[in-house]
Amino acid sequence: MLALVGAAFLALPIATILWRAPWSRLGELLASEELVTTLRLSLFCSLWATALSALVGIPLAWLLARGSFRGKRFLRGLVILPVVLPPVIAGLALITAFGRSGVMGRWLFETFDVSLPFTTAGTILAETFVAMPFLVLAVEGALRSTERGYEDAAATLGAGSWTVFRRVTLPAIAPALLSGALLAWARAIGEFGATITFAGNLPGATRTIPLAAFFALQREPEAAIALSLVLVAVSLGVLIGLRDRWLVRA
Amino acid sequence: MKRTRRWDLGPPGVSRVLRGSVLALLLLSPALAGCSNASNDDAVVVFAAASLTEAFEEIGEELERTDDVAVTFNFGASSDLARSIVDGSPAQVFASADEAMMDLVVDEGVARDPEVFAASDMAIAVAKGNPLGIEDLGDLERISVALCAPEVPCGRYARDVLEAAGVSVDARSLEPDVKAVLARVALGEIDAGIVYGSDVASSDDVSAVSIPDGSNVVARYPIALIGDAPSETALAFYELVVSDAGAEILERHGFERP
Repeated sequence: MLALVGAAFLALPIATILWRAPWSRLGELLASEELVTTLRLSLFCSLWATALSALVGIPLAWLLARGSFRGKRFLRGLVILPVVLPPVIAGLALITAFGRSGVMGRWLFETFDVSLPFTTAGTILAETFVAMPFLVLAVEGALRSTERGYEDAAATLGAGSWTVFRRVTLPAIAPALLSGALLAWARAIGEFGATITFAGNLPGATRTIPLAAFFALQREPEAAIALSLVLVAVSLGVLIGLRDRWLVRA
Repeated sequence: MKRTRRWDLGPPGVSRVLRGSVLALLLLSPALAGCSNASNDDAVVVFAAASLTEAFEEIGEELERTDDVAVTFNFGASSDLARSIVDGSPAQVFASADEAMMDLVVDEGVARDPEVFAASDMAIAVAKGNPLGIEDLGDLERISVALCAPEVPCGRYARDVLEAAGVSVDARSLEPDVKAVLARVALGEIDAGIVYGSDVASSDDVSAVSIPDGSNVVARYPIALIGDAPSETALAFYELVVSDAGAEILERHGFERP
């Protein structure tokens, strides 16, 4: 009985947002110039955030899986922290670090005249901060469970470490990397709190889909629901993409 | 030794957790009822424009002292508050930063007879001590500026002010409410913002540059009771806000009498 209540509780809001959706006007709403800009920006930022997460996240995962050094548990805790940290707090933390008067930000501003808050780069930074842990954890898990013997064998046979990584390690962790990247991407495209806190809200520069939905709700709820549908579709897409990992419990 | 479990729904751990949560729910339920029950007589829920934060908190404390009641506030963008009141939020009093948002609530039949109780002009908020030497709206064209989003009353007022002055500003960010604009300036992330004069008067972290009367606008704040049967406490809060004592508190926080 309680299980049914739980299931209904999870299903009902999704069902009602589909039901309340302005289906007949959906095409028109989503094709408006403002929304197209928003969708394009969201896609751009979330893909960059995913790419950056992979670029620095894979080496970080490797370090966590293979390295043996003091403070490893501390480092892993640090990596997981953004997953459990409230996003607004993450945004605030980013301001203190990369804001114009932040520790790193002041230096960036004074040396290179670069200011990250209120820029698209700032949005990407905020999204990367909250999304990267998902990729790191997925890849780390895969690295731990792969057989090191293959890598050792390849190295014995004369392969350089880059070749070993590219030809042996990467193919072995590819499925985990893909699902981790998908999770990170979903987290990035749905990011709200850290983005609005750190990068602000400006159409075309930092206003991504969740921000646009938040402001549209005050003016045109139908547009907010249309935007939400995009993110529901994204989530469903990610779920389908990960069905082998999550939905099948063999 | 075996104890009898009356609610043996699974492993012992589960049942204990379950019992714990049921108990917690039971304990919480009076509090939950307090949130939603508009006729609870010694508590009142007030939805108010973000710019009223400091003044209303003081008025709330005043009422709590004299009447032994609990006042709960939800401060935010008036546009956001108006929408959630129309959607059925348990507000008992609504104070808006503009008449359009109040009209929205009145038109939906949720509130009646709003009364304008305060007014404020607009001002430029700059970093403490005005290090960039901002003198007028024209200076905003060469520095970074944050405004409220156009959906929010302070965003609409700011746009009116800029239009009247013939100044075009590329805002770096459009914030969800006026306090967010102030925070940007106070944190030093943004050089200036257009906010209510009362906001800069009540903030220790920013300085104000006034806007000449010719291009300034006056924000008028209406207040109304929500629903057909206002509670005694809601009425008491409303009366205090529109009273002379309330006006004095508001004046101390930089508001003018309407």
